[in-house]
Amino acid sequence: MRSTRAVFRNDARNRTDVGYLAFALHRISGVAISLFLPLHFLLLGTAITGEPALQAGLNWTLHPFFKIAETGLVLGLALHLALGIRLLIIERTGNIKRHEQWALFGGAFALSAALLFALSMEISL
Amino acid sequence: MKNEVLEVAVWRGDTQGETQTFEVPRKPSQTVLDVITYIQRELDPTLSYRFACRVGVCGSCAMVVNGVARWTCRTHVSKVVDKAGRLEVLPLRNLPVIKDLVTDMAEFFNKWTKARGYFSGDQTRHDDFATVRPDSPHRLEVDRAIECIGCGVCYSSCDVVSWKPDYLGPAALNRAWALVNDERDQAQSERLAQVLSEAGCTACHTHTSCSKRCPKELAPTSSIAGLKRMVGRAS
Amino acid sequence: MTSGRNQMLWRAQRLSAHVLGLLVLVHLVLMVIAVQGGLTAAEILSRTQGAIGWLLFYSSFVILVSAHAPIGVKNILQEQFGWRHSTASRLSILYGLALVVLGLRACWAVFTGGQL
Repeated sequence: MRSTRAVFRNDARNRTDVGYLAFALHRISGVAISLFLPLHFLLLGTAITGEPALQAGLNWTLHPFFKIAETGLVLGLALHLALGIRLLIIERTGNIKRHEQWALFGGAFALSAALLFALSMEISL
Repeated sequence: MKNEVLEVAVWRGDTQGETQTFEVPRKPSQTVLDVITYIQRELDPTLSYRFACRVGVCGSCAMVVNGVARWTCRTHVSKVVDKAGRLEVLPLRNLPVIKDLVTDMAEFFNKWTKARGYFSGDQTRHDDFATVRPDSPHRLEVDRAIECIGCGVCYSSCDVVSWKPDYLGPAALNRAWALVNDERDQAQSERLAQVLSEAGCTACHTHTSCSKRCPKELAPTSSIAGLKRMVGRAS
Repeated sequence: MTSGRNQMLWRAQRLSAHVLGLLVLVHLVLMVIAVQGGLTAAEILSRTQGAIGWLLFYSSFVILVSAHAPIGVKNILQEQFGWRHSTASRLSILYGLALVVLGLRACWAVFTGGQL
């Protein structure tokens, strides 16, 4: 349906509202999880040869970098969950009156989950 | 301190072109359309732009002001100008540019047709009137969507339209939803085949830019959500 | 892609989303509990080894994710990278197969813990 002539697209000034930010974070977190999952499955799969193999794999994650990365992943997962629920509510009810509030609430939930996770971890020195 | 002169950057050309800056005297209660009109009448008669009613009824004057699609007749300069007194006016996005601020809206209306955004009835003037209760749930849905005047602001604001050239877009889908709820319409399965296809409602990612920008305060996001609820139920 | 197939994919993604919502919530709670006091292989396996319940839970999780994620990935490949439906579809299906194979293997691995 598109004519063969080029068209202009929007720039960042069109993407400043909460609704768009919610979409962007939902998509970015989805990509992050999609990239992470095969690695996650591979690591857990080392248990197929027994406990020592799994422990060797887990030892990789003791480095502080991994602790930060894991917290980031928990943030991403919680964000994807919360913003996904927001999307399902919007689609099932057709009600967008409070969609920005739900996005902010979702963000708060995700940050709380990540903070709780970070605090729960034993900090390796 | 209020600036006495506005610096207005306006798009010139078609998809090849650049912005040209004009100096326009600032006036109280001035709208962006007033500014564009001043440029064309007093400074450069070769500037092309669209307008009609100039009072916020027809939607012809839709342009992109400082990156956001708006009706220029209903946009006060004081609300959008920056501290240095600068404004930028561009043609609507996602549509081919004919010249300067004028876009070719054929594709916008073609998609409206493709989404079957028109009524198909089976009654003639010899039949009795259809009875539709104004407070019926279906009619209430129609009321929420029916006021669209096809200005193109939502279409310009939608990134999915940019990413997926075939995407029917918020306006066409909003009108399709209004007709899906029209009990008299006889072409529902043909309509649903279009709006439930890959180019239809399932491509919407609920950015909500369309609903946020709609000058008539319609919510294409809600209408599209309604269409999504029909997925799998009829095709 | 036909309208029918498009609708089927969309429904699959939304339906899996509903169930995954619950499973992810459980997983998040589990993670916060499990990670306290450090996380060792022994600790993980003590919970999962021989536990049919966890095997069923995580296997369902894997299967649903393997349906949910690739459909999203396909959209991203088409919208952000301009891929055509056919190529995006093929890569997404491959990715989904990789997820289900690696995922079910991981479920089996922590269920058996090398003791089979």
